[in-house]
This record gives sequence, structure tokens and C-alpha cells, in this order.
Amino acid sequence: MKSKKILEMKSITKTFPGVKALDNVTFSVTEGEIHCLVGENGAGKSTLMKVLSGVYPFGEYEGDILFSEEIQKFRGIRDSEKTGIAIIYQELALIPELTVYENIFLGHEIQKNGVLNWNETIKQAGEILIKVGLDINPETKVKELGVGKQQLIEIAKALSRDVKLLILDEPTAALNEDDCDNLLQLLKDLQSQGVTSIMITHKLKEVIRIADMVTVLRDGQTICTLNAGKGEVSENILIKNMVGREINNIYPSRKHEISNEIVLEVKNWTAHNKQYGHNILNNIALNVKKGEIIGIAGLMGAGRTEFARSLFGNPDHYVITGNLYIDGKEKLFKHPETAIEAGLAYVSEDRKKNGLILIQDIKQNITIANLNKIRKKIIIDDNAEIVTAEKYRNALSIKTPSIEQKLNKLSGGNQQKVSLAKWLFVNPEILILDEPTRGIDVGAKYEIYTIMNELVTQGMSIIMISSELPEILGMSDRVYVMSEGQITGEMPTNEATQEKIMHLATN
Amino acid sequence: MALKELRTELRKNIRGYGMYIALFVIFVIFTITTDGIFISSRNISNLMNQTGYIAVIAIGMTLIIVIRHIDLSVGFLSGFLGAIAAIAMTFWNLPVYVVIPMVLVLGFIAGLITAYPVAKLGIPAFVASLAGWLIYRGALLMATLKTGTIVIPNKAFNAIGNGYIPDIFASDKFLPKTHKLTLLLGLITIIWLILSSVKARKSKQSYNFEILPLDLFIGKQIFVSVLIGIVTWILAGYNGLSWTFAIVLLVVAIYNFVTKKTVIGRHIYAVGGNPEAAELSGVNVEKVTFIVFGSMGMLAGLAGILYASRLQSATTTAGTLLELDGIAAAFIGGVSVAGGVGSVVGSLLGAIVYTSLTSGMNLMGIDISSQYIVRGAVLLGAVIFDVAARKLGD
Ligand SMILES: Nc1ncnc2c1ncn2[C@@H]1O[C@H](COP(=O)(O)OP(=O)(O)OP(=O)(O)O)[C@@H](O)[C@H]1O
Ligand SMILES: [Mg+2]
Repeated sequence: MKSKKILEMKSITKTFPGVKALDNVTFSVTEGEIHCLVGENGAGKSTLMKVLSGVYPFGEYEGDILFSEEIQKFRGIRDSEKTGIAIIYQELALIPELTVYENIFLGHEIQKNGVLNWNETIKQAGEILIKVGLDINPETKVKELGVGKQQLIEIAKALSRDVKLLILDEPTAALNEDDCDNLLQLLKDLQSQGVTSIMITHKLKEVIRIADMVTVLRDGQTICTLNAGKGEVSENILIKNMVGREINNIYPSRKHEISNEIVLEVKNWTAHNKQYGHNILNNIALNVKKGEIIGIAGLMGAGRTEFARSLFGNPDHYVITGNLYIDGKEKLFKHPETAIEAGLAYVSEDRKKNGLILIQDIKQNITIANLNKIRKKIIIDDNAEIVTAEKYRNALSIKTPSIEQKLNKLSGGNQQKVSLAKWLFVNPEILILDEPTRGIDVGAKYEIYTIMNELVTQGMSIIMISSELPEILGMSDRVYVMSEGQITGEMPTNEATQEKIMHLATN
Repeated sequence: MALKELRTELRKNIRGYGMYIALFVIFVIFTITTDGIFISSRNISNLMNQTGYIAVIAIGMTLIIVIRHIDLSVGFLSGFLGAIAAIAMTFWNLPVYVVIPMVLVLGFIAGLITAYPVAKLGIPAFVASLAGWLIYRGALLMATLKTGTIVIPNKAFNAIGNGYIPDIFASDKFLPKTHKLTLLLGLITIIWLILSSVKARKSKQSYNFEILPLDLFIGKQIFVSVLIGIVTWILAGYNGLSWTFAIVLLVVAIYNFVTKKTVIGRHIYAVGGNPEAAELSGVNVEKVTFIVFGSMGMLAGLAGILYASRLQSATTTAGTLLELDGIAAAFIGGVSVAGGVGSVVGSLLGAIVYTSLTSGMNLMGIDISSQYIVRGAVLLGAVIFDVAARKLGD
């Protein structure tokens, strides 16, 4: 096969006020390959892809884009779509209230004489769904599907157009292992049908498994392009190029000093959803000791997030029966406010939807859950607020020109760090982390794990929900496995294996 | 160098400064087209009084829109509460100092009632408050049914809409014909503003935080001082500060403080920015909704008082369309429909722009039909500018 360049980006520079997001970046992709783009949070990966797809139109960046060996001057996404580029963003762009088939054909509806042909649409949607390996009714509403399936629908949406180059920005960040497998396999299948893909990811195992070529970005510059065929791609080489130094242990070790004091205990915990008339959670029993990290593993939809939220003031208004004890005292929280007062904190899994206030700046987001701490009488002390924000900016190395930067201008991983900072500032007794390292680069992950270890050493207890089994095994002292709203297993981590957990999660 | 910094500073806050520039341009245009009548002490003084009740509604509405709701009921609510005030004074013979707090409390309760279906049952505020719009319209008609217009005989009450603060330093020798107390208040305000900015700057400096460069800082202080100075001087040249405008300034000061400096203020903007995230951060969204609607109702009561006292009577049509004037003023002042963005001071300026248009065009003798069209165009222009400015600021 003669290797023809499908894409060449030459000397691309893109600046935002106070930030040079891309600095003379060169990036080229050969037809038919799977090309991974990696780098730390804020390295400029998403920005590079937004330049390519016309989100930042011609004229807002410097440099040249050659696609199919022609210079392109996209004025918007429509232009790039016409040439056969499809991009799936870090944040999903589906319309929850619409059905699957409506979403797939959104923007290029099948019509005859100006009238939509729904039957044909549904038929074709069904065919595409089979292609992406989804066994669902195209007439389902998107909001009823889990993230994993939604991600596949995004791909279906891209395939419904004549796509030559498929770009995926962290497609697997929110997926569990099975869904990841499906997705990677799908990319391989598409590759054999001639589709070229660019994939951004922080999961290096995936890179090793799937990439033909890898380009590493750091601080807005191209560091290198590695060829998997020549054996240039390994975890160590990737990390070294991404971070600029070597990291030997992904999971830092700590001295486990767990006391016997139980800080949180749940018994017969059942949550009923009145709207759908069934139980979301069934008879859950679980406890957490002081200074302990417990991991909750399970598949998407096992009810882990629902469980966390039902503890944390029950914002979904489930009908709850059962008992919750904090430090031995029975509690029932009617609102997150009271849960926080009692020493709980919950870092939500979906930072955009319910974690952050994107139109506000970093400092406002960090302090919102604990304004009382920076208050002098009734006045909020601006200086204390700045000091606080700067402290967490340094502790979590949040990459930003200033703590007055709005959240919607931060890269995905840096947003996640702000979300975490908000709850660290609350300094809770029990910290519930729901997918805490989603979208976070290897270096920063290590920092977050280190912080978690410090916190438990100081006597905090952590409940960590994670879909990444290595993370569960690497960080927790004890593992609970959930499946369909129930706890299906519990074990000390040193007795746990991936196979054991997967078995319990799927039964 | 300073010029460049000025440019970036302006760019960063273009929306805020844009309002001042727009106001300035409007003032200059009307001053020219009316041969200076527009800028006369008498007219400016009138203008501020007319702005009064719209500004009060606009301020309450700002917070409502910030938390992503709307309140259509407040126009007729203010008319109705004005009528209650009139009835309380003329027929029940209640003294002013009872009537005013009573009306404010009633307004607050009315706001809570509007909030109930919104906060507790999830009914869209548009619908809930539209019901209020109909109900209060009926209530106003009912209240004025027997008598028609109710004339208010109470001098103290009528002074609120027509009177001026007394000049305790009246003198024929020193600056005759100017209102010395007004000047003094203006001066105190200027000094207080400068001192508190200097203090805030020093405090930031001691932490090594980012601050405006010194020349820009001084420039800003001069600009603000001159602006306040001019307004004070113009007002002092007529009867001085009116009670209405004094009340509006007080409301602005309180609301500005609460929204910018206190926990509840932060909570309001957090709810507007992302209600779900706010809820999970321990903000009680329901409580915030009740407070914001309650405050709106209370301000509707205040607007009703200002309006009734200005007309010295309660009429069957009082408050008609006032809610829409308030909404328009808030949008001109930079509130965002998407929620989470908007300021009290902005809405005050928006209200001044809005009434300046009426006042200026009246002076020019432009007929009412064209006036509506111009006001519509300005509203649209302001919102378009808003969107563009926000993109630029990004
Ligand atoms: N609209 C914007 N305005 C200002 N700065 C921006 C904007 N978008 C991105 N940036 C900045 O540009 C840099 C690169 O961001 P980008 O989103 O491309 O990072 P990334 O490599 O995708 O990171 P992540 O892995 O966290 O998603 C970051 O420093 C970010 O703060
Ligand atoms: Mg990104």
C-alpha cells in the first residue's frame, strides 16, 4: 500500500488571550492509519483538532492545513464536514430529548421534496447502528442511554455521512472496559473499511493496543511522532515524552493505617424511583473506616453514581428506606447542604453537567461549596478567596494564565482538577469521588493519587467510584462490586483481581 | 504603554464600559437636538424621578433573570399594591409609617406566592407569573372599582414621588440657588469611593495580587469622580436630590452589596450559572428561588409606592406594562437570557438609558408611535452589542 498523506497541518499557531495554545505545531496523518494524539492536560490536543475541523475558522490561526493534498480554508464545521472530516468532541454533542435516529441524521435529514422521510431514516439508522455494534431500537430517546452507548451513537452519526477522517477526542474517557473494547474494535473495523482515525486519549494502554502512529504534544508544541510498527511505542516512552520525565509507579504507595472506627455505614439501603416505579438501589450494605479508601467497581449503569447521590442529600428525590450512620449516629440528608455540613463531599462524575459553573471563574468555582470559610462577618473576603484559589492551583497544577480564567476556557483535564479542588477546600470527613481521574493525564493522575493518600493519612475516608479496574486495584484498601443496584461482592484489595471483579460485576 | 493597557482593560470589560459610553452618546445627542434643554438641571432631575420605579423593577428583575426565570406579574402587582397603599391611607386612615412597611411586606409575600409553583412544583415561571399578571390585574380593578382613581391626600406620602431632600445648609451667601446638602452628599460619596478603592488596592498589593497599573487606576478614579460630580452638580442646581432618586440609590447600593459581597449573592449567581452544580455544592436552589422572587415582590411594592406617590393617586391602570419596561431595562443593562450574568448597576444604567430615550424624544416632540420603534431598536441594538462584546471578551 502506497502511503499517501491524507492530512498535513503545517506550522499551526493558535493563541488565546494570555495563552499560546499551539505553537508552530506540525502534524501529519497517512491515509488508512489510526493515529493517536497524546499529551498532558492543556497541551493543546483539543485545540489542534478544533483548528482542523473549522471550529476556529481560517484566519483565527496561523499555518496551513492540507487535506487530501489540497490547502483548506474552513470557515466552519460545515465546510470540514463536506470534505469528509467528522469530529466527535470531548463533550458529547447529542440532543438528549431527541431519538437515536433523529440524532444520527441531525443536520442532513433524509427528505423527499422537502418532507422528511422518517421510515427511510429509521431503516438507515438501524443499519448504521448494526455497523457500530449497537443493539438498540433507533426510536429510543438518547437521554435513556448510558454514556457508552451515546458515544457509539456519536460515531454512528459520523458514519451516516461519508467520512474519510474520523476524529475522536477522548472517546473512552467515560467508558468502562467493555465499552472501550467495543469502541477500539470498531475503530479497527472501520480502518479495514478505509476510514482514517485520529484519537485523543489519556489511556496509554489503548494507545499501545490500537495506534499505528502516535504524536505527542507538550505545551503547545509537537514533541515527536512515534511509529508503532517500528516498536517506538511503549508506555515508558510515551510518558517520558508527554511529561518530560519518567514516572515509574503509576500508583504511589502509602502506609496503610486504617483504624477500626467506622465513619460511614449503610444498611438495607433501598432507593425507589417513583417516576419509573422501580428500585434503583436494593438493600445495599456498606461501611467505610476512618483512613480507608474503598473502591466501588461495576459496569456503567450498575447504580454506583445513583448510590453516591442518594447518600449525598438525595437530589434525585428517590424514596429511600434503610439506615445511614455517620460516626455511629443515624442520619438522613434531605439536601446536599446538610450532607456537606455532616462532613460529606461528592465530586460528581459529569463535571460539565453538574460539577462546575462554566461561566464563572476558577476561584468562584473552588470556593462555592465553602463560602463560609472565606467570609468575614457577612462579607466575602476577596483576598482570602484569591489565596485559596492560588493554593489549589499550585497543589493540583491547574494550567491557566490566571485564577480569574472562566472554566469554559480551560482544557477538560484542568476543569476536572478544579472540580476536585472545590471539594478538597471543603475538607470533608468522607470524600466520595466519582470517576476522579476521568480525562486526566498520567502525570496529574499521579499527583491526584498522592493527594488522596495524604488525605487518608490525615484521617479522611474516601469512597472512590471508578470504571478503571487498575485504578480500583491500585488505590483502594477494600473493594465493593455493584451490579444492577446491588452490592454483589466485597473483598480486601489484596484478594481482588480484575477477573474476580468483572465476574461479580456482570452477574 | 498605558494606552495599550487601557485597551486591554476596555476590551476585557467592554460590556461594562459600553453602557457608560452609550449613555454619554445618548445624552450628547439629546442635548444637541433639544438645544440644551435635555441636560438642564430641571430635566435631569425629572428624568431621575421617572427612572425611579422602572429602575426598582429592573433591579429585582435582574436577579430573577439571573436565576433563569421571569416574573410577568410585577407590573400589575405594583399597581395593586399602590392601590392598597392609597386605600390604607384614605379609607383606613393608617399612618404612612405603617403603610409603607406593610406594602413592602405584602409585596414580599406576593413574591413568595409566585415562587411557590416555580420552586416547589417546577412550573415554568413564565406561566406561573402570567397567572399572577391576570390575577393582580383583576385585583387592581377590584380595588379601584367603587371609587375609580383614588386621590391620596397624604403630604408625606406624596413627597416620596415629588419631593426633595431638605437643604439643611440653606444659605443665600454661599452658592445661592444650589442645594448644599446634595453637593455634600456627592462629595462624601466621591471621597468614600476613592478611599475604599485605595484600600482594596493596598490590600491586594500586600498579597502581591494582580492590580491595575497606577496610571489606569488614577484615571479610573478621576473618571468616576467627575461623573458623580457632574450629576451631583446638575441635581444641586435644581431642587437637589429627590426622595425618589435617593431611594433608588439606596436600593442599588444595598443590592449591589448583597449580590457582589455576600454568600447569598454568590449563591444567586451560582444557581444562574448551573443550577444542578449549585445544588450539589450545597446551595439550596429552592431557598434562593424564594428569596429572589420575594425580593422582586417587595421591589414591586416599592415601585407601586413610588408610582402612586408621584401621581398622588392610585389609578385603575397603574403598573400596566411596567414589568416589560423593567425587563427591557435589565436587558439593555446587560443581563443575559441564558442566566448567571447581569449586574444591579448595569440594570440601573439600563433603566436610565430607557427613560432618557422617552424623555429626550418627548422634548424633541417626536410622537409616541415613533418612540416605541426607537426604543425597540435600542433594545435590540443593546442585546446584539452584548452578544458581540461577550465574544470579544472571550
Ligand atoms: N477558548 C479558550 N480561551 C482561552 N484559552 C483556551 C481556550 N480553549 C483552550 N484554551 C487553553 O489552551 C490550552 C490548550 O487547551 P486544550 O483544550 O487544547 O488542551 P488539551 O490538550 O485538549 O487538554 P485535556 O487533555 O485536558 O483535554 C489550555 O491551556 C487551555 O486553557
Ligand atoms: Mg482536550
